[in-house]
Amino acid sequence: MSTAETKAQTVKERAGYALNNEFLRNAVKFTTERLRLGKKLASEEHGNWDAWRERGRQIRLHTIAHLDYYLNEFAEQARANGAHVHFAETAEEAVAISLQIAEHKSAKSVVKSKSMVSEELHLNKALDSIGVEAVETDLGEYIIQLADETPSHIIIPAIHKNRYQIAELLSAEAGEALPPDTAIMAGFVRMKLREKFLEADIGMTGCNFAIAETGSMVLFENEGNARMVTTVPKTQITLMGMERIIPSWSDLEVMATLLPRSATGQKLTVYMSGISGPKRELDADGPDEMHIIIIDNGRSLQLGDPEFQELLNCIRCGACLNACPVYRHIGGHAYGGTYSGPIGAVLTPALNKNVAEWDDIANASSLCGACYEACPVKIPLHDMLVSLRRRKIEAGRGDKLEAMGMKGFSAVMGNAKRYRSVVSLGKWGQKLVVRGGEIRTRIGPLKGWNSYRVTPSLPKHSFRDRWPEMEQDIRRTSGTMDPVIADRLRERLRMQKSGKGENAHD
Amino acid sequence: MFVTCLSDALFPRVAESMARLLARYGVQLEFPEIQTCCGQPAYNSGYWEEARISARTILDAFDDSDFVVSPSGSCTYMIHHYPDLFKDDPVYLDKAKALQSKCYEFTQFLVDVLGVTDVGAVYPHKVTYHPSCHGSRLLGVKDEPMKLLSHVKGLELVPLPFAEDCCGFGGTFAVKMADISGAMVTEKSDHVLETEASVLVGLDMACLMNIAGNLRHRGEKVQVKHLAELLYEGVSVHEHS
Repeated sequence: MSTAETKAQTVKERAGYALNNEFLRNAVKFTTERLRLGKKLASEEHGNWDAWRERGRQIRLHTIAHLDYYLNEFAEQARANGAHVHFAETAEEAVAISLQIAEHKSAKSVVKSKSMVSEELHLNKALDSIGVEAVETDLGEYIIQLADETPSHIIIPAIHKNRYQIAELLSAEAGEALPPDTAIMAGFVRMKLREKFLEADIGMTGCNFAIAETGSMVLFENEGNARMVTTVPKTQITLMGMERIIPSWSDLEVMATLLPRSATGQKLTVYMSGISGPKRELDADGPDEMHIIIIDNGRSLQLGDPEFQELLNCIRCGACLNACPVYRHIGGHAYGGTYSGPIGAVLTPALNKNVAEWDDIANASSLCGACYEACPVKIPLHDMLVSLRRRKIEAGRGDKLEAMGMKGFSAVMGNAKRYRSVVSLGKWGQKLVVRGGEIRTRIGPLKGWNSYRVTPSLPKHSFRDRWPEMEQDIRRTSGTMDPVIADRLRERLRMQKSGKGENAHD
Repeated sequence: MFVTCLSDALFPRVAESMARLLARYGVQLEFPEIQTCCGQPAYNSGYWEEARISARTILDAFDDSDFVVSPSGSCTYMIHHYPDLFKDDPVYLDKAKALQSKCYEFTQFLVDVLGVTDVGAVYPHKVTYHPSCHGSRLLGVKDEPMKLLSHVKGLELVPLPFAEDCCGFGGTFAVKMADISGAMVTEKSDHVLETEASVLVGLDMACLMNIAGNLRHRGEKVQVKHLAELLYEGVSVHEHS
């Protein structure tokens, strides 16, 4: 990527770039708002959304718990269908396999339908290095490729661009000024890509779901380009994360209900294609040769990890990005990795063995839980972010000053008397900075906070200072308990003790 | 009463309003003084050992209480993390499970446990409500405050646009990622101002301190209150007039 924000080393610096870019923030807000409203309406209209989320979660939990079994079944079935199945442990291996196929076919050009795994592998650059032209054919991804950037959203890669910026990019490609009119711009891309489809030697796609029982791949798309990519070129390559599996076509029904509604608010995408192997004798079209590359690249590290295994349940709908109030303000590039938003903040460090380089993105969250609420398979991303922070501290990579602060925190909070004397001390100390009951100084730890806010001062008496007197007063004036309320309390107490209280389930 | 360190030290009127409201229904209140902080700042930052030291004061404080009530959804939800936090400590694990089954956020206790939806308050003002994330999303407190507000006489409730969006507080997030947090709270305040309400009400003083701090910083006059304060004020005015 060539843009300034990715040269910045920390999430804070990268976010700073986004926060100062009004175009970017408005473009991201505009589209995420549209998508999350769409999802809200679609899930409400569905009627039993939470029950289906739970079904989806159970399917994913089961599949991942038995991933070795289903991967074997998938590979056997796909081979029986006539596809070549390759397993790649690392990104490098997956790239090497792809390049070998391209060289073996003496390919000059590859048409691609969007694949986040391909982004993970930085495959376009690798293909370019052996003289193979890779052309992205999803409209958004095509725009990003022209801009020489990376996707800033899992399903809307060009979400950070507005139509005027897009018109500029397309005009440069067209050699003439195109108006910022969606229909005209899409028409130009359509015409341009039609040539590319026809001359391509290889078609390359990702994979939304892989069906173990028949060795089939399922693609969800709205533009029809994935169908072109999978039928026109003579050779077809599917890149697939090893966790994309679901056991059966009946499980797909649940996923096909959850994915489009969560992603865009659609009941179903315009095209949903199931592909089982290369062209057969009676088929009118389709590739002569088909390769499926199943990629690990850090995924299997999550297997058996009680805090992170559920990450593999993700169906890449992007709903957590659209719901995230942090993503809304900083966009996807600020996260620094292939995957952005809440899922990216957890997935990127997890796939990269929790190395120190990715420590800071777990801090780019207020832990509001909007991601968890939006997730169609209920991945507890907010808890995972806390786990990442804890692992960093346990690995001894915490900030020294913060560690001292936390030691101080526990020393004070571990004992109510000490806590009370610190609050009293604070009342004396704050006299230096309080003006009219407020603190506005921007020194020390208050710098960031007070740049946007004022801080209230400690009142003369804390609650615990006042309680003895208040308690006397309350006892004097307290009402008598209504027998109905007394009954309710007794019933509640009984429920609590038998473990049936409403709080017991959590 | 689990009053929370924030309400104890900075916003004693919130805990007092909660106490005085509950006392009206004959609830016998205690304030075990050994309680300090739920430990959330340390827990969320990854310092679980430090969080445990602070959390033990909460676990020790309420052994003898039948019900534990708190004026914060976020601090109440923190108690739900205790069984995980103390999973390797059998003594405190038992205490954690016991506390989890008997702790309630203020409106949960008032509405769901006591069955009170009309406290008899009068509050003739235009009010908007911010549902704090941990209370509404994770603890599931959504209808309770609405029921209470809908019964306040004279109160005009105006919906807050994008109400469910986080205000940007997030504990240490507001310090570590000050500019992102600043952008979030600025947008939240914009939405509050859009409603033209004279009062913003909520259930978590941390979030309200954040939003109020930004509104004051901008010189805005909107009052910011905890729902317990609003209700108690509404009851007191009513009775003294």
